[in-house]
Amino acid sequence: MDLLQQIAEFLRKGDDKRVLELTKQAIEQHIAAQDILDNGLIAGMNVIGELFKQHKIFIPEVLFAARAMNAGMDQLKPLLIKENARPVARIVLGTIEGDLHDIGKNLVGIMLKGAGFQVIDLGKDVSAVRFVEAAISEQAQVIGMSALLTTTMLNMKKVMTLLRERDLDGSIKTIVGGAPLSEEIAREFGADAYAYDAANAVERVKMLLAHA
Amino acid sequence: MKPALAFLNEALIERIISEGIDILCKLGVEVHNENVLSLLSDFGAQVDKVKQHVIFKPDLIEKSLRTAAHPFKLFDVLGNETHFFTDDNVYFTPGSAAIHLLDYDRKETRRPDTRDYIAYAKIISQLEHIASQSTAFIPADVPDAISDSYRLFLSLLYCEKPVVTGTFTLDSFAVMRDFQVAVRGSAHNLKEKPLTIFSACPTSPLKWSAVTSQSVVDCALHGIPVEFIAMPLSGFMAPVSKVGTLVQHTAETLSGIVISQLASPGAPVLYGGSPAIFDLRYETTPMGAIETMMIDCGYNEIGKRLGIPTQAYISLSDAKMLDAQAGLESGIGAALAVLSGINNIAGPGMLNFENCQSLEKLVLDNEICGMTLQLVKGIEPKEDLPTLPLLQELLAEGHLLIADHTQRYLREEIFFPGPIIDRANASRWRDEGAKTLVERAHAVVNDLVERYRPSRLSDDVKNEMIELMEGEARRYGQDHLPPRQDDSI
Ligand code: B12
Repeated sequence: MDLLQQIAEFLRKGDDKRVLELTKQAIEQHIAAQDILDNGLIAGMNVIGELFKQHKIFIPEVLFAARAMNAGMDQLKPLLIKENARPVARIVLGTIEGDLHDIGKNLVGIMLKGAGFQVIDLGKDVSAVRFVEAAISEQAQVIGMSALLTTTMLNMKKVMTLLRERDLDGSIKTIVGGAPLSEEIAREFGADAYAYDAANAVERVKMLLAHA
Repeated sequence: MKPALAFLNEALIERIISEGIDILCKLGVEVHNENVLSLLSDFGAQVDKVKQHVIFKPDLIEKSLRTAAHPFKLFDVLGNETHFFTDDNVYFTPGSAAIHLLDYDRKETRRPDTRDYIAYAKIISQLEHIASQSTAFIPADVPDAISDSYRLFLSLLYCEKPVVTGTFTLDSFAVMRDFQVAVRGSAHNLKEKPLTIFSACPTSPLKWSAVTSQSVVDCALHGIPVEFIAMPLSGFMAPVSKVGTLVQHTAETLSGIVISQLASPGAPVLYGGSPAIFDLRYETTPMGAIETMMIDCGYNEIGKRLGIPTQAYISLSDAKMLDAQAGLESGIGAALAVLSGINNIAGPGMLNFENCQSLEKLVLDNEICGMTLQLVKGIEPKEDLPTLPLLQELLAEGHLLIADHTQRYLREEIFFPGPIIDRANASRWRDEGAKTLVERAHAVVNDLVERYRPSRLSDDVKNEMIELMEGEARRYGQDHLPPRQDDSI
């Protein structure tokens, strides 16, 4: 097995120590950081995502893998910046204004981070203005919003309106989720995507970025 | 002898309570509400206003537990006693605040509206084994800001039973109280004869939001009973083990009890909850999980040990349709709940992780409730010892169908569910149309809506409530309430 495959394999097993070691080795062997990222860490994470979707593994395994991913990333980050590599996509995440349900949102954040995205978590009870301003200042490509109450989900629309008003609806994509939401309601609100759970969120965000 | 179920022994209960108290006195809780923080600080809790954090003192908790430990009653809109929350008295109430309704004709879920809510209120008013109504779902045809008060308004207009409800926002408490004062005639009468129970949820782990903590105080001041609904999620937002989850639930519930009792000592409370295990595979909080039900029964034992009447979300299902899963999860839950003596059992009608109500399930559950209420009566002699004379009569007459003893005890000893639970023989069943359970349930739904008789609450009070509700709607930009298509009101 080549080194990158080994990284992917140990990442899948959630072994952060081995991933760290092997990533260091790969760097010493002058493998490009982008290559280590794509064919080592992210390749392993993709396997995890697939197994998770098939219910073969549970969230804890994903978290162990994410921890291993971070161990490798810490080594790669400075090099990626130096190599001027394709930056990791950034996502601003939060629970919408008036709503304090954050369990689902947190889980989505955990899984997005695990998939290699950079997540800026604004917490709960987040106003539309804060969402948009954070997305601008953080140079995020995606805004992810959660709502668990029928009363609060309407506040999501304000975010889409603000983005349109500021002519940002092309460059910043929106994804929504939570029990009262659905594909239909998301469309009605003008969101770019909807996801029903955290693994689905990862998939939909990837699709959004691919189309961006 | 009443049958009884217990999961915890005395020593374990004591240990869980002392661990809960220890957590409140060492870790404390966050309270995102200035008023409540001041209240706690006035009574000697250690409050950090900047961090919005409170550390409790054991004597404060113990004093609050003493004043909270008492039974209380509920009364319907006409002022008749319907509930006495004490000992092992058990009552059912529909699962509350669903986002969706399962539509019989379309066989899918949708957002409910005023018409659905009125149908629900008409049905629940006639269901014999479900003692109270709850504001079971959210009509989507009024501004969302008034959706919590609007449900209570419709409930009080159409159905006489007391109501389990709650607020979604800080602003809605006032009008929700005003409806009740209108029904009772005065704030004093309302305190004397409580009409509703408000749910108040701490945020696991160890946190109180501004809205829910304020609701606890407001209710205490007006004598409105509160049920505490802590929701630790085992393995995710709580320890994975049942005892660990129970300790966290205890700490969260005790913190609510202290807030309520400081606001008004003796304020009526239910020791409730909606804990659940977390299903790591699907990222869901299953209410039909057997472990969820065991945790419910466990904290009920703790509440009882503290002398406080209890509540639980048990007897509901996570199924999406009215199918076998819906029946079995609701049935197991209802049976465990009555055997545990949970005083206010919330669940009937509910599907899909507390997200979806079904009128057809509600009428089915009514029959399940009837069966379990029969179960909890247990087995007792009924003028049948010695049995010899009864058997002499049987031998002499060839049957006991018309025996005096049979006449006296038939209805008491045997509960006859139906028409949804089917006990016809197969030929008769085919002859009567070979109807499925869901079809039979739907027929009952239609029948009950048809047979509904208006609430006997006076027209003056009804009109007063209509004015209050219209005022509230105008405040939120809706000039007219949705038509109620009902000439009787
Ligand atoms: C736990 C819970 C709480 C906890 C929340 C704790 C917390 N820190 O979040 C507490 C107890 C505090 C709470 C409070 C209240 N709650 Co609550 N709560 C729930 C409950 C039981 C589970 C929610 C949950 O965490 N599920 C587990 C997570 C993992 O799933 P999830 O949230 O659905 O998230 C998944 C997906 O939806 C999706 N997703 C979620 N967000 C996002 C975001 C993005 C970007 C994407 C892509 C995907 C995505 O992925 C997630 C992972 O799989 C729901 C019922 C339910 N089953 O949904 C009621 C429920 C939502 N609550 C309800 C109510 C009424 C309330 C209160 C108003 C009660 C009260 N009177 O005090 C308050 C509201 C306070 C407020 N202003 O927000 C009602 C809503 C009714 C309605 N019509 O809107 C529900 C439906 C229960 C009920 N029937 O009563 N609640």
